[in-house]
Amino acid sequence: MQEIKRKYVVPGDRIIDGDFRALSNVTKSGNSIFATRIGIAEATRDGIKVIPLSGVYIPRVNDIVIGKIIDHSSLSWQVDISSCFSAHLPAQDVFGRDFSPARDDMNKQLAIGDLVTARIMAFDRTRDPMLTIQDKDLGKIPRGEFLKISATRVPRLIGKRGSMIQTIEQATQTRILIGQNGIVVVAGRSAEGTQLAIRAIRMVEEEAHTSNLTQRIKTLLNVPEPQSIETISELAAPEGQKLDGSSSSIPEAEEQVQEDLEKGDKE
Amino acid sequence: MVQTRSLIDEHGRRTDGRTMDELRNVKIQVGIVKNADGSAYIEFGKNRIIAAVYGPREVHPKHLAQPDRCVLRCRYHMSPFSTDTRKNPAPSRREVEISKVMREALEPSLMLEDYPRAAIDVFVEVLQADGGSRCAGITAASVALADAGINMRDIVPACAAGKVDGKIVLDINDVEDKEGSADMPLAYMPHLERVTLLQLDGILNQEEFNECLDKALQGCKMIYEIQRRALIQKYFGDEQELKEES
Repeated sequence: MQEIKRKYVVPGDRIIDGDFRALSNVTKSGNSIFATRIGIAEATRDGIKVIPLSGVYIPRVNDIVIGKIIDHSSLSWQVDISSCFSAHLPAQDVFGRDFSPARDDMNKQLAIGDLVTARIMAFDRTRDPMLTIQDKDLGKIPRGEFLKISATRVPRLIGKRGSMIQTIEQATQTRILIGQNGIVVVAGRSAEGTQLAIRAIRMVEEEAHTSNLTQRIKTLLNVPEPQSIETISELAAPEGQKLDGSSSSIPEAEEQVQEDLEKGDKE
Repeated sequence: MVQTRSLIDEHGRRTDGRTMDELRNVKIQVGIVKNADGSAYIEFGKNRIIAAVYGPREVHPKHLAQPDRCVLRCRYHMSPFSTDTRKNPAPSRREVEISKVMREALEPSLMLEDYPRAAIDVFVEVLQADGGSRCAGITAASVALADAGINMRDIVPACAAGKVDGKIVLDINDVEDKEGSADMPLAYMPHLERVTLLQLDGILNQEEFNECLDKALQGCKMIYEIQRRALIQKYFGDEQELKEES
C-alpha cells in the first residue's frame, strides 16, 4: 500500500488518489478519497479514515453510553443519550421476562432523572437506539457529578490504555464513568477532589488536540512525576517531533476506545 | 436602476477605493457561539454576521422529519439595528426568500442522507448590513456547518460580481448594489466545481455574463482560502502551516 502522511483536513480536501478503501468520515469520488469532516486524515491497513475533531454523538451498536431517564411508557423508558435520537430501554430488560405492566411499578426501578450506564443493543437508520443494562457494570448510577463533553474528545480523555483517566482518578481520589456519547459522571470522596477532577476533564476537552497535555494535567493535579520513558523521550525530541508525537496519541487512543472504556468503567 | 453618480473614478477605483478585481476585507472567526454545535462570525466589508448551527437534532414538530434524510432549516434574519433606518424584526418577504436560497445553496454540500429522521438548524443573524449579506451569510453558515462536524462534500464560499458604470466588477457593495446596473451573487463548491447559487438582478449580455461568472468564481476561490484558514486556525492553532506531519 502506498504510504500517506497523516495530515490535517477540512471537508472537501482530497486526501489521496488511488485504489483505497474509504472508512469513516471520508467519501470516494472517482479515484480519489475526500474528507467530509474537520480532523486528522490517516491511512490504516484497512483503508483511509479521518479522525474527527467536532460533531455530535451518533449511536453505534455496542457503544457504552450514559443516559438520563426522561420519560416512560408502560413498556419502556425513554432515555436521553445526548444524541439526535432518544433511546429506549425496554422494561423487560430491567425486570426480566415475566415483567407485567400491571404488577410492576417502573418508577421503583428507574425514576425520571436517573442516570444509567447502558449498552446500545440495536440501532439502524430506521429506528431509534435500543439499550440494554444486562451486562457487567451497567445499570443505574447511584451518585456523582454529571458533566457533558464533546463525544469526539472521549478517546483523548481516556488516553492511551486509559492512562489519562487513571491519572485523574488517582490524583483526585474519584471514580469517573465515561460514556461514548460524551457524558461523564464523577464520584468522589470529597467535594474538592471532585471539583479538581472536573477541572481536569474540562481542560482535556478544551485542549484535546494540543501537545504535552498529559504533563499539563499532571501539573494541574500536582502529581509528582518520576522521569518516565514517555517524558524522557519528549524532552529529548526536537521541537517538530514533539508536536507529531502528541497528535498521534489521538488516533491511537481511538483504536483503544472500546477496550479502554470498559476498563474505565470498571474502575 | 437609475445611475445618479459615477461609481468608478478615472483611475479605475471604486467608491470604497478598491480596484475592479478586489474583494472587501474578509475576516472569519470560528466557534464564537458556545451554545451552538457550530458557529462562525464573518466581517465582509461592513457586513457583520453571526451564523450558528444546531444539530443534527430531533425534529420538532415530528411530522417534518424525513425517513431517509435529515431536514435542513435555514433562517436569515436582519437585526432591527443592522441598517440605518430601523428594520422591522418580523421576517420580510426578502428574508424569507434569502432563507430559502441559502438552504438551497448549502444543501448540495451536505451529506444529509447520513442523518435520517434528524434536523439541522442554521441561523444567520445580520448585525450590520452592507451589500452582499446573503453571500457573506452563506460563507459563514458553511463554516459553521463544518465546525458543527456535519458530514460535508465541500465547503461553500459565496461572492457576488456585477456591472457598475458599464464595467464588470467583483464583490458589489451596498452603493454599487443600489446604483449599479447588475448584481450577480454566486455560491460555489471549489473542489467539486459546482455552482449552488446563482441569482442575477439586472441585465447583462452573454459576454458580460461570462465575465461576471468568471470574476465571481475567482472571488469564491479567494474566500474559500479564508474559510479554510479560519477552520484550521480554530482546530490546529499555530500548527496550520505544518499541514503534513513527518
